[in-house]
Amino acid sequence: MTNIDSTAAPVAGLDSRKRNLRRQRVLLIGPAAGAITIFMVAPLLLMAWISIQTRDYSGSVVWNSYSMEAYMRFIFERNLDDTLSLNFDYLLIIWRSMWLAAITTILSLLVGFPTAMFMATRPRSWRPALVFLVTVPFWTNLLVRNYAWILLLRDHGTINSALMGIGIINEPLPLLHNSFAVSVGLTYSFLPFMVLPIYSSLEKLDMRQVEASFDLYATRLQTLRRIILPSAMPGIIAGSILVFVPCLGSYVTPELLGGGKTMMVGNLIGLQFGAARNWPFGAALGFGLLAMVLLAMTFYALKSGKSKQGISL
Amino acid sequence: MMRVSKWVLGMTAAVGLTVGAMGSASADGELHLYNWSNYFSPELLEKFEKETGIKTTMDNYASEEDLLAKLQAGGGGYDVIFPGPTTLGTMIDKGLVADIKVNQMENFKHVLGPFQTLSVDADRSYSAPYMWGTTGFTYDPAMVPGGTLEESWSALFEPKEELKGNIAMLNEMSDVWNAAAYYTGVSKCTEDPAEAQKILDVLMAQKPFVKVYSNDGTIDRMSAGEVAVHMQWNGAAHRVKANKPGVVYVYPKEGVTFWTDTMAVPANAPNMDNAKTFINWMLLPENAAAASNYTGYSNAIKGSGEFLSDVLSSDPAVNMPEEYADRLSGFEVCSDASKSLRERVWTKLKS
Repeated sequence: MTNIDSTAAPVAGLDSRKRNLRRQRVLLIGPAAGAITIFMVAPLLLMAWISIQTRDYSGSVVWNSYSMEAYMRFIFERNLDDTLSLNFDYLLIIWRSMWLAAITTILSLLVGFPTAMFMATRPRSWRPALVFLVTVPFWTNLLVRNYAWILLLRDHGTINSALMGIGIINEPLPLLHNSFAVSVGLTYSFLPFMVLPIYSSLEKLDMRQVEASFDLYATRLQTLRRIILPSAMPGIIAGSILVFVPCLGSYVTPELLGGGKTMMVGNLIGLQFGAARNWPFGAALGFGLLAMVLLAMTFYALKSGKSKQGISL
Repeated sequence: MMRVSKWVLGMTAAVGLTVGAMGSASADGELHLYNWSNYFSPELLEKFEKETGIKTTMDNYASEEDLLAKLQAGGGGYDVIFPGPTTLGTMIDKGLVADIKVNQMENFKHVLGPFQTLSVDADRSYSAPYMWGTTGFTYDPAMVPGGTLEESWSALFEPKEELKGNIAMLNEMSDVWNAAAYYTGVSKCTEDPAEAQKILDVLMAQKPFVKVYSNDGTIDRMSAGEVAVHMQWNGAAHRVKANKPGVVYVYPKEGVTFWTDTMAVPANAPNMDNAKTFINWMLLPENAAAASNYTGYSNAIKGSGEFLSDVLSSDPAVNMPEEYADRLSGFEVCSDASKSLRERVWTKLKS
């Protein structure tokens, strides 16, 4: 027994080391793969499944009753005599969501870029504190922050009272319950997602390049365009995606700051799962949104692949 | 919500201990209630435990969808639930609630006539009435030209010049649809696209003058004078009066929706007999009144008026004057075609 073992040992040792490595790899990847399967793949599959089912009169999903009705509703509405006619209500809502998300992204960029630039040009020892300050709003619940904006923007709110107090206006400005309030609220909510990636790109920029460009008689604009923007670009793109995507699906802000007058696609989906009790259509809308986001990301991936400026999100 | 339910649990435990220590009332099993938060008086629950010796626990749900989902998934061990008619109808159809013959209970005689029947439970086999309320509108006389408004939905749907931009609507699809249906004289379960178009026209014409569509903060908005007229649930109107005693709650002449919540028992309730005891007990006038005093909504029990607190009984928003009774319009189960029209109108309004 012992003899056989001693001769076989070196080979078995190599083998078991390999096996150990493989086991280690599986163990290390396992939790991440498991989390993705449970928290992303499974819900998506369930949603895809529901989106091709029908529902009964009470709004419950009827399992195993396949229908593409939910997807048809994007563009067509079924008349009472079962004929189809074009209906752009839902597309209009999706279009407005994209438009508002785009405006928010641009506003965040306009505010976020100078902020990030400012942070990146402070002495190294200050920067962690500045990053910390940018994340402070996240400590408060989104709902509470939206209510705070209501207090600021409403007719007898802080801003209108102040403006009337110093006599600039006589009547309160209509600041709340419109698209303006929604885009302000969204910009405020998502600004850190723009600032932080741009900051992390700019932090890597060697400021001596900027000095060099001035030494070579570049104007301020040229320096910004040729030196700073190219370095910041990965951050700008990452930030834009991080703002645009969650903006598209926002639910609370349009409801509270928009005064419930116009829906964004998030509210439409909420309506389908709640009061309208049409889960298949709600799920289909969710997939429509996902498809748009994936298209945008693919477009970005293709573009960044060409310019070899790829960043990983 | 958590705070309340923890408190109730804590209190329940305390009462359980006391009862056990006294040994006067024997512990006759348990009763698990599942209800909206802040919708049942803890003192009343304590009284029930003292009188019957049954230990109670109370869990809360945030929406009737949650309640339905839990029951469909197997019950969750609850004995008494408080669904509205829509959800109750679905539950009856799917066999999720027990036929407990409420109509044969000893105290069923106390139930007010109109509540002895329900659209989805015509002879009240499955359910007993709990609270009920109306969806009308509230206005602040100080902010309205002339100091009064007609008792009509026209005050909201065709606001006077001075009130434009100064009105608020609930952000609740069925309530808004119903009000517009009463105003246009269309059946609220209409399946006719032309009639639905009439409703949409009224709502679209009104939209530019609406300051906000919202279910949250209606009490605040009226109390702070942010709007002069607000479509509102009567319980909320009652609470506005605590801050602003002058406000008027209107039961519009074209029709007012009234909603009811019911008490029912899941088909697989572990403590069926205790659940029946509880529901019968809740139909006693003084217990129904205690529930109203806590929630601020009306109950459906004859003779409960004398046990109501003065603030409630003196407020026409809660204690509806007799002459408005014929304006009430109950819940109806609409066809799928009608619901789909309603949803399309709502989406068009908001797109």
